[in-house]
Amino acid sequence: MSYQYLLLARAMLPEISLVAGALVVLAYDIIYGKRHTSAERLQASLWIGGIALVAALVDTVTIGALGPVYGHTLLLDRLAVASRAGVLVLGLLTLGVAAGTRPPRHVAEYVAIILFATTGFTLMAAAHHLLIAFTALELASLSLYVLAGFDKDRRESAEAALKYFLFGGMASAFLLFGFSLIYGITGELDLSRIGLELAHRGMTPLLALAVVMVLVAFGFKAAAAPFHLWAPDAYEGAPTPSAALIASASKLAGFTLFLRLLWPGMSALAGDVSEAGNSGGWLTVVALLAGASLLLGNLAALAQSNLRRLLAYSAIAHTGAMLLGVIAAQIAGPGPLFYYVATYGVATAGAFGVIAVLEGQGGCNKITDLAGLSRRSPLLAGCLTVFILSLAGIPPLAGFFGKFAVFAAALKLGGLAGPAGWLTALAIMLSAVALYYYLQVLKQAMVVAPAANNSSPVCVPRVTAITLLAAAAMLVGLGLFPTYLLRLF
Amino acid sequence: MNLLPYTIYLSFAGAVLSLVAGMRSAATARAVALLTAAGCWGITLYAASGFVPSGSMLNLTQIPWIPQLGITYHLAADGISLTLVVLTGLAATAGVLFSWNIEERTGEFFAFYLALIGGVYGVFLSADAFLFFVFYEIAIVPKYFLIAIWGSTNREYGAMKLALYSFAGSALVLVGLLWAYAATGGHGFGVAELAQAAHGLTRAEQIGMFGLVFLGFAVLAGMFPFHTWAPTGHVAAPTAASMLLAGVVMKLGAYGCLRVAMGIFPAGLLYWQPVIAGLAVVGILYAGLVALVQDDFKFVIGYSSVSHMGFVLLGLAAATPEAVTGAVLQMFSHGVIAGLLFAVVGRMVYERTHTRQLELLRRMPLHRLMPYTTVVFVLAGLASMGMPGFSGFPAELTILIGTWQVSKLWSVLAAIGVLIAAAFTLRVMQVVFFGQTDAASDTTTHPHLMAPITWPERAGTLLLLGATILVGLKPDILLNWIIPSLPVLIGGAP
Repeated sequence: MSYQYLLLARAMLPEISLVAGALVVLAYDIIYGKRHTSAERLQASLWIGGIALVAALVDTVTIGALGPVYGHTLLLDRLAVASRAGVLVLGLLTLGVAAGTRPPRHVAEYVAIILFATTGFTLMAAAHHLLIAFTALELASLSLYVLAGFDKDRRESAEAALKYFLFGGMASAFLLFGFSLIYGITGELDLSRIGLELAHRGMTPLLALAVVMVLVAFGFKAAAAPFHLWAPDAYEGAPTPSAALIASASKLAGFTLFLRLLWPGMSALAGDVSEAGNSGGWLTVVALLAGASLLLGNLAALAQSNLRRLLAYSAIAHTGAMLLGVIAAQIAGPGPLFYYVATYGVATAGAFGVIAVLEGQGGCNKITDLAGLSRRSPLLAGCLTVFILSLAGIPPLAGFFGKFAVFAAALKLGGLAGPAGWLTALAIMLSAVALYYYLQVLKQAMVVAPAANNSSPVCVPRVTAITLLAAAAMLVGLGLFPTYLLRLF
Repeated sequence: MNLLPYTIYLSFAGAVLSLVAGMRSAATARAVALLTAAGCWGITLYAASGFVPSGSMLNLTQIPWIPQLGITYHLAADGISLTLVVLTGLAATAGVLFSWNIEERTGEFFAFYLALIGGVYGVFLSADAFLFFVFYEIAIVPKYFLIAIWGSTNREYGAMKLALYSFAGSALVLVGLLWAYAATGGHGFGVAELAQAAHGLTRAEQIGMFGLVFLGFAVLAGMFPFHTWAPTGHVAAPTAASMLLAGVVMKLGAYGCLRVAMGIFPAGLLYWQPVIAGLAVVGILYAGLVALVQDDFKFVIGYSSVSHMGFVLLGLAAATPEAVTGAVLQMFSHGVIAGLLFAVVGRMVYERTHTRQLELLRRMPLHRLMPYTTVVFVLAGLASMGMPGFSGFPAELTILIGTWQVSKLWSVLAAIGVLIAAAFTLRVMQVVFFGQTDAASDTTTHPHLMAPITWPERAGTLLLLGATILVGLKPDILLNWIIPSLPVLIGGAP
């Protein structure tokens, strides 16, 4: 047994590093914070947080894929390792974004809560047990609610937090209800045993109810239409680094968690979407959510004039494609989906990073506030171009290969003739629609001349500049050599 | 031949370099761009000089790229791609010369310009359909910025329309290619391998896939009724971009139709042949008639491009060896001639008269004020009309002969298109250059017209004129490259 505990401690090293880092951030600020300005305190907190994240990243990579840990409580397979590393990298990007913003009122708490949220994400990535999964999700969600409402001086921030909290809390209740039904039916909490148990039990009305509950919660957390209503407000009102975290790392962890819940856990109830007319499983529901998200996200984004809301609707559209990746995981495994979500996270976090810098200098609410960015700051304009084009799926950037890998996998499910094929065709066609709104953003940044009252050069803090360049380099590098991520699976 | 891939890398490197150089001085950026474009052209000419025509593709590079999806980085060339890369080098070099007067954000201009060129070389040299698609999409974004930033009339509208049409077309292509990939077992995207595997597909699948891929590429080739992006985009674009768009980028579409759609799904072509040929003929006649009534000089040339590209599509659809040979020859010929015409309209005339309205140009005695420009336009116009001695003549004649074997009706209707081309070319020639023959109006009333022709303009026009006359007098230079390559491509067609 003691060996088991040791193994568990080893598997949890990243979480331990993160929590320790968070405590050090708080302690340092209590002891030394009074003597410094808030900008200096932010710097110090961010450095400590960054070191904790890097330590956790090193732990994750050195531990590697241990397999099942402590019974089957945690499962450190390749997906878990990759997702943990992914959320940690995205957490680092978020800290880099935070370095470019005005310091919040409670600096150390802000950074500490980012670390707690990241702890939740890494646990979500490895959880293989209903209770651990739920606890990890709640740790992450509660941290994110606080982060969304952290800017107490702005009503929008409070609104964002409240909406996010109400929707998220509701989703958690659904999820817990679904879990309790599953536990009641199967008597198991371990995902692989649940999978075995369900395989020879078949669909029952009660089980269908449980599956629907889980899917509703998934829809809320992933901001899939029609459960997306919180997303635009949360993206718009939350402080920029919080929005970046919600949009990137939280998505990656969430998709990993639900991929595990659905595939090993409930694969017996999946049904079949390779041919029209077959149904009777959760795949059909996921396919419907995907189609709705693709349509709503892309079409509603066309009408946005606020940059953050545009990113929110684009996120909903991307969720649709990611759900397609969940469907395609049936045949292609988690590789394409992981690649898609991870690179999407980098691009979105980067875009929020650009917004964060501009916000400190002249504001950045409307898309038109980007006018003349190429002259105000070639660096920001160049990075933004990479991020937006990656979101739009233009090669050779990583966003293109994410889409491509997901679509190629989805089309293997019955070709163009089945619902998976229709969804793929829909997604590809809508990417032409998406190009329109992405180009609207780039038009302001690259083509239009600066507005008269907003034309001074932008000063980019060094840490943020390095973060943004690193994010852009990642997108270009992973786009040119997608094998480095794809071969992990 | 082995140097050919360096045209791609050199162009992208040149793009970065001119972006950096442009931050310091515009002149350096220009020099970098000219050296890059001319260097790439030099590589293509060197490759052409050592080219031994054969019936198969010559492998240039083949390394696994994304083995998980069966994708290889596979570049290869045959006589047809060689013809088109030589054209790209020529048009790119001439385009740099005609954008010598770009003063605003010069470095960025040439960066986008060279990135576009790099994408174009990549498309022409790709032997993997996925790689082909990647380069094809890489070329879209620079086009948007070139037009939106440095363009003229209605530039943001034109740029967006062009980008969306191209992207929507490429989305169709992607659906078709992914479908073929999944249906053939998901082994890879190599054009030759897919063509092999496509024998195992049902006829209905081939018809569907061919339809998607061909239509997607044909959008960029300006096929009626999806051609409307072309005149607006070309008119809005700065001169060098119009030259490239009409001269080279539209060929990407036609080349995609030939290499990917026809090369992989020959059975699909047989089914769609009447539709494509019909649309091509309608495009030739309709665009020609529209060009006849334009009152903007550049729109005339824009529509004439659509009309001339109709011949390419007709040749491809007919799919006889003669017709396809003519189509490839026409791609080269139109690339040169359209470049020349846009250079005259956008750079040599517009920059001096500051108008493109035919009514205003009619009142200026341009043949006396700009003798050099007049001579160039008359020669280019003759070439565009398909006069013997210029490259358009052997190209269009071969297409008509080749089409005649399949359908006399298409051939006759297309021949009427040649007459319409003569009509609209002569009309603008007369109106613009010889409209004012009244001796009373002399040079003193239009002093600004007298800005002398600069050396880059002279060099550019001489290059392009030389090319069209050379190919017109000795078309067998290109024919010797093209004809041996045909069996590989149209093996499945009669």
